[in-house]
Amino acid sequence: MSTEIDVVVIGTGPAGMAAASAAAGAGASVAVLDEQSEPGGQIYRAVESVERRRPADLSFLGEAYAHGAKVAGAFRAVRTDYRPGATVWHIGARSKGGRRDVVLSRSGVAETLSARHVVIATGALERPVPIPGWTLPGVMTVGAVQSALKSSGIYPSGRLVLAGSGPLMLQLAAQLIAAHVAIAAIVDTTPPGGLARAFFHLPQALIGGETLLKGLKLRRTVLRSGVPIHAGASHLAAHGEGRLSSLSFTSAGVDYHLDADVVALHEGVIPNTQLSRLVNAEHRWDDVQRCFHPVTDQWGETSEPGIYVAGDGGGIAGALAAERSGRITGLAIARRLGLLADSARDLVAEEQRLRRFVDGAIRGFLDRYYPAPDWIGQVADDVVLCRCEEVTAGRLREAMAHGCSGPNQAKAFLRCGMGPCQGRMCANSVTEVMAAQSGSVPDEVGSFRIRPPAKPVTLAEVASLDVG
Amino acid sequence: MFQRLSDPMRKTVSFRFEGREIEAREGDSVAAALLAAGVDSLKDAPVSGAARGPYCMMGVCFECLVEIDGAGHQQACLAPVRAGMDVRRQPAARDVGAAVEGDGR
Amino acid sequence: MASDFIIIGGGLVGSALSHGLLKAGATVTILDEGDLAFRASRGNFGLVWVQSKGDGMAEYAQWSRQSSDLWVEFAQALGEESGINVGHHRPGGLELCLEPEEYEAYETSIKRMHNQGGVGDNDRRMISGDEVRAMEPNVGPEVIGASFCPHDGIVNPLLTLRALHRIAAERGVDYRADHRVERIHTDGGGFRVVTRRGTFSAAKVILAAGNGSAALGADVGLTIPVGPERGHIIVTERTRPLFNHVLGQVRQTDEGTVMLGATKESVGFDTGFNPAMIQKIASNAVRKIPALKGLRMIRSWSALRIMSPDGFPVYQESDEHPGAYSISCHSGVTLAAAHAMALAPKLLEPGFNAHFAAFSPRRFDVPKTE
Repeated sequence: MSTEIDVVVIGTGPAGMAAASAAAGAGASVAVLDEQSEPGGQIYRAVESVERRRPADLSFLGEAYAHGAKVAGAFRAVRTDYRPGATVWHIGARSKGGRRDVVLSRSGVAETLSARHVVIATGALERPVPIPGWTLPGVMTVGAVQSALKSSGIYPSGRLVLAGSGPLMLQLAAQLIAAHVAIAAIVDTTPPGGLARAFFHLPQALIGGETLLKGLKLRRTVLRSGVPIHAGASHLAAHGEGRLSSLSFTSAGVDYHLDADVVALHEGVIPNTQLSRLVNAEHRWDDVQRCFHPVTDQWGETSEPGIYVAGDGGGIAGALAAERSGRITGLAIARRLGLLADSARDLVAEEQRLRRFVDGAIRGFLDRYYPAPDWIGQVADDVVLCRCEEVTAGRLREAMAHGCSGPNQAKAFLRCGMGPCQGRMCANSVTEVMAAQSGSVPDEVGSFRIRPPAKPVTLAEVASLDVG
Repeated sequence: MFQRLSDPMRKTVSFRFEGREIEAREGDSVAAALLAAGVDSLKDAPVSGAARGPYCMMGVCFECLVEIDGAGHQQACLAPVRAGMDVRRQPAARDVGAAVEGDGR
Repeated sequence: MASDFIIIGGGLVGSALSHGLLKAGATVTILDEGDLAFRASRGNFGLVWVQSKGDGMAEYAQWSRQSSDLWVEFAQALGEESGINVGHHRPGGLELCLEPEEYEAYETSIKRMHNQGGVGDNDRRMISGDEVRAMEPNVGPEVIGASFCPHDGIVNPLLTLRALHRIAAERGVDYRADHRVERIHTDGGGFRVVTRRGTFSAAKVILAAGNGSAALGADVGLTIPVGPERGHIIVTERTRPLFNHVLGQVRQTDEGTVMLGATKESVGFDTGFNPAMIQKIASNAVRKIPALKGLRMIRSWSALRIMSPDGFPVYQESDEHPGAYSISCHSGVTLAAAHAMALAPKLLEPGFNAHFAAFSPRRFDVPKTE
């Protein structure tokens, strides 16, 4: 017995909220599921709480973040069946009637929704950064530090080192500086010559002029702050006994060894493909962003009918572009449900596409100014790739020498990808290492086959599922 | 090594971690509250037993697993603090059922 | 350079046969598929199971028992030669009963096997719920009894495969991954096996490709009456040791994870996910072992058993093209030792079909009416 609904939206980041608002606004019945207890996803995490309980914090979290409160407000204003604290663990095959089961757990009980359309809006995650020692307590991601700041108002108080490359790291640095949090050093792994690399994308980036200006402002804030910056850094390694105590790296030909209590790593964000892989949608490797993303049409529909991906989960383009993408998908679904005429859909969709173009216009520039790391395929043998099962790059290469020909065999040979994170932390690195080792391209190497449950659920929950 | 921004508006919430009293704020995640209380490591790695601490703080790395009120495998970064919670570190292997000496595996 | 044998299928059956053939001095080429093949060898529990095997065929009861006994030596030899401990234990096995019908069915089966002669019931006996709980403190109050057999055990099937592959590599077996076989040609006296990536010749060929064998059988005059039967498996997170013996449907691995089964569906070659099966497995498991309630299911999958109509193995040499064999069973783990140590040598001698008459697919032929 399952509840029938027109649309299930998974994820309440900007894309999910926008998709839900658009579809519900047109009259569709929409269920909205998210693991967290309030909307916002990662980029606008806890924005409602911050606005309500800690409004002073908005001053350093920034305007971009504060925009999330508006998006959340619009979402709350539309009628949806919003279920925070829900974990989706299965999306079923399409029935002859054109419906799919979406199985979720909430407060220890499993439940099935039957949906005509499913929007996967689970966004992105930080690209896992497999440096030596990255599993030591005290090594985190830039996103983690930012999350802690947003949702709980806590910050690293000892020697904090930001290590990596990308606009998000810049944004965090600016936020910390504005909050008067001390940063011991910024170890910038952006290869020198960014402007030369990104030069041809500058004209397009200027279309998104406002964003470009904001970025320049952030950069100026950081440069003026007096925080030591080590540019063009490489060969990062975390050290310590039982927890992090220092970070070593090379910059401008000099070897450094900095004491550190917290290292916040960042090498860009990549689409969270767990659910899009679960439904066996087609994926393709993006050579510039060095990650897989689901293949979608102009409305966000994947190769699996009735399953859409909106937002960064379909390809990294940022929060504002995600919002547009969600709206476009929501409208497309409303049209499919017969709730909108083609003309109504197309009019708004065109406007959204234009805005999305503007919002995403800077992407080409950013992706080349801050290129995706090219060293993951060549990490040293003793670096851990699969954190859960503690499988090193060396053991993966050894298994390949013994005939292991793809990530799924690697799983069987080594248990790589079989732990609780279900490959989220190692899939990208495994593909990179296997591609580099075998001399094939990531599209050929592929990635882990993802099967239910999409997130670990208790046996009691599974037993409680009503399959009648 | 985390600290709190000064926050007079938020209510205090107390819970226990490994028997120790922790003072948190309403709206904290268990992971954030523990980091703020100086706790580095919440679980042991399943294979080597090495200490692990939160990495992503967004529910994808599973390094913040703890036992809350007897229920293991809880992601501390997604669990809001509640007064009187009993939180414990997650060992390398879950501690369920009665101990046996035999060789059934 | 041609090998003595080409084995089609590098799973537990093919690798065990290869191992035995090597020991007997033969040269072997193994042709295996790629990353996304069906691979029953990866989708099983790793039970070396004797109880309940062969109800209806005394030879199978004896063969399973023989293999379980040979496994002790087999595991040791694999360990010594490959350096891999395949984790073979034989603490005895329990099939738990939640309902009186289950208990009665097992009891009746034991009586039937007892009367079959040969190894009879293989020392399988029924025990009460209280006796079970005395043996296994984690068995819950809903369990009304169980059948126990001292000859049941477990092994790690992935490590077994790895050990076999490693030894094969070291002893010069020509192992070819990503070589899906398309056709087998019989050129007077030998066999030419065609794959997408090359053609291989040998005097003898063995079809050990699980559910992939049937399609190739026609090329060499073999009818292989096996088909897919789907089973779902749940794997949990790691937990501390819970059992003193091996439980048939709740199997804890040496890593500490718990594997749960066992369901049967006839859905063809579909390894999709059926939530109803998963719910049934979880529900039965927590009824049998309440301590499992709070454990998380980390993975699940379904795999295809290789099932003959009566569930017993099918072994044959082709009459039309002698030197072509098919070796199929759904107990590739249990029978690995027997396949390596007792069956493989017979592939080098004449009279294979006479020796394994009980396992011939002729047993399925409809008897001619007078």
